[in-house]
Amino acid sequence: MRPATRTLADVVVIAALAAYAIPFFWQLLTSFKPEAELLRIPPLLPSRLTFSHYRVVLEQSLMPRALLNSLGIATLTTTVALVIGLPGAYAVARRPVPGKRWLLLAIVASTAFPQIATVSPLYLLMRGLDLRDTWTGLVLVHASFALPLTVWLLAGFIREIPIEAEEAASVDGAGLVKTFRWVVVPLLAPGLASTALLTFLFSWNEFLFAYTFTVSEASRTIPVALALFPGVFEVPWGDIAAASMLASLPPVLIVVALQRFLVRGLVAGAVKE
Amino acid sequence: MLLLAPTALALGALTVYPGAWVLWLSLQHRIPIFGVARFAGLDNFTFLSVDARFWSAAHTTAVFTVASVALEVVLGVGAALAIHTQRRGRAVALSFLLLAWAMPAVVAAKLFEWLYHPVAGLINVALGRHALNWLGDPALALAAVTLADVWRTMPFVAILCYARLLAIPADLYEAAQVDGAGRLATLTRITLPLLGRILLLAVLFRTLDALRAFDIMFVLTGGGPANTTETLTVYAYRALFQTLQLGFGSALSVVVFALVMVVAWAYLRLLRAGSVAA
Repeated sequence: MRPATRTLADVVVIAALAAYAIPFFWQLLTSFKPEAELLRIPPLLPSRLTFSHYRVVLEQSLMPRALLNSLGIATLTTTVALVIGLPGAYAVARRPVPGKRWLLLAIVASTAFPQIATVSPLYLLMRGLDLRDTWTGLVLVHASFALPLTVWLLAGFIREIPIEAEEAASVDGAGLVKTFRWVVVPLLAPGLASTALLTFLFSWNEFLFAYTFTVSEASRTIPVALALFPGVFEVPWGDIAAASMLASLPPVLIVVALQRFLVRGLVAGAVKE
Repeated sequence: MLLLAPTALALGALTVYPGAWVLWLSLQHRIPIFGVARFAGLDNFTFLSVDARFWSAAHTTAVFTVASVALEVVLGVGAALAIHTQRRGRAVALSFLLLAWAMPAVVAAKLFEWLYHPVAGLINVALGRHALNWLGDPALALAAVTLADVWRTMPFVAILCYARLLAIPADLYEAAQVDGAGRLATLTRITLPLLGRILLLAVLFRTLDALRAFDIMFVLTGGGPANTTETLTVYAYRALFQTLQLGFGSALSVVVFALVMVVAWAYLRLLRAGSVAA
C-alpha cells in the first residue's frame, strides 16, 4: 500500500474504535449538559457546558462517601491479596509442593467459581461475624475471591524470572526472605504492577457482594451507590451521568496511563499454562 | 508448604467452606422471616424440575450466553485484525477498547440505560426517531441487555487475539506472499487457524462469565419486563434476597455452580484434545 493509503487506513481504524467508545463519551457529554437540554435531541451538542450535575453529586449525594469507600476497599483488597498470594505463588512456581497438580487444578477451578454460589453462605457468615456494613468484611471477601487469579498471575510472572539470580543469591548466603526481598521482588515489579491493577479493578467494579453485604453508606461502594442512585420524581439523568463518570475515573486513568501493565496482565491470565 | 498456608487458609475459609455450606443450605427449607429451617432433602431440586420460571430462566441464560459470546468472538477477532493492520496509533486504538472493558458493569448498565431512553436515547434517534422501548418491551429487552454486555466484554476477546497476532512471526506472512497467497487465503489459511487456541480460551472465559452474569441485567432491567431477562443467576438472587428463601435460592445457586463447572470441564477436555492434535 502507498503511504497515503496506509495513513488513511490507520485513521479509519482509530475512528471506528473511537465510535465504539461512544456510549462512554455520550455519557461524558451528558454529564456537562444543562438540565433543560437533557431530553431535547437534536441538537446533539449542548448550548453550553455546566458543572451543576457534578456539584449536585459531590455536595448533595452519598457519592463522595462511596468514592472513599471504594478507594479504601479496593486498595486494601489489592494489598491483602498480594501479601497473601505472593508467598503462595512463589511456592507454586518454585517449590516441589506435594499434590501440586491438584492444587493448580483447584486454583483454576476457583477462578471459575460463580459469586452467586457463595453469596448466601457468605451472607450468613458476615451476619454471624457482625461484618456486614464494614470495610473488613468486603476486603476479606474481595481478597479471597481475587486470590486464585492473583496466585495464578504471580506464579506465571515468577517463572519468567531466571532462576540463576535466586541461586546466586543463595550461594552468597542470602536466606529465603532476603532473596525474596532483594532479588525476586525487584525483578517481579512489572508483574506485580499488572497483578495489582487487575485486582484493584476487580474490587472497584464488584457489585454482587458489595450490594448484598451493605445496608448503609458505611461501606457502600461506588457501583452500589450508582445502582441505587436516587431519583425523587423523575430520573436525574444528568446527575447519574456525572456519578457514572466519577465511578469510571480510576478505570479510565488506569487504561490511559498504565495500559502496558494492564494488557500484560490480561494476556498472562489467559495464556499461562 | 508454609508459604502456601495463607492462600490455603483464605481460600478454605471464604471459598471452599461456603461452597460446602451452600450445598447444605440447598437441601433445606429455610425462610428466616418465618423462622422456617428444616431439612428438606432434594425437595428444592425436585421443585426446580417442574418450575416453569426455572426453565424460562435457564432458556434466557442459554440465549444470552450463546448470543453474547458469538457476537464477542466475531467483533473481537475483527477488532484485533483491524488494530493489527495499523502502522501507527495502536495504543490509542487499544485505549478505546480497554475503556469499555475497564468500566464497572454497573456503569455500563447506566451508559446503556441512557442510550436506550425511549425519547432522548441516542439509539432511537440514530434509528430515525422510533420510540422503541428497548428495556420495557419483552421482545427487545434481552437483545438490549445482551448488546450492553457485549460492548463491555468484547474487548477482552479482541485483546487476547491481538496479543496472539503479535506473536505470529512475520516470515510466515512473507512465505505466504512468496507462494502467491492472496489476502483472503492468508487470512483463512494462516491467521485464523493460528488464532484457534487462544480463541478457544477466550470463549471459555467469556462463556463462564456470561453464565454467571448478574450486574448488567440486575441494574438494567432487574430481570424484567415479564421476567424476559431473568437469568438463573438473577432468579437465584431474587429468591435469596428478595423473597428470602435461603434454601431454595441456594439450590438455584448450586445449579449455576454445577453448570459453570460442567462447561469448564468440557472446554478443558476440548483444549487438551486440541493440543494433542496440533
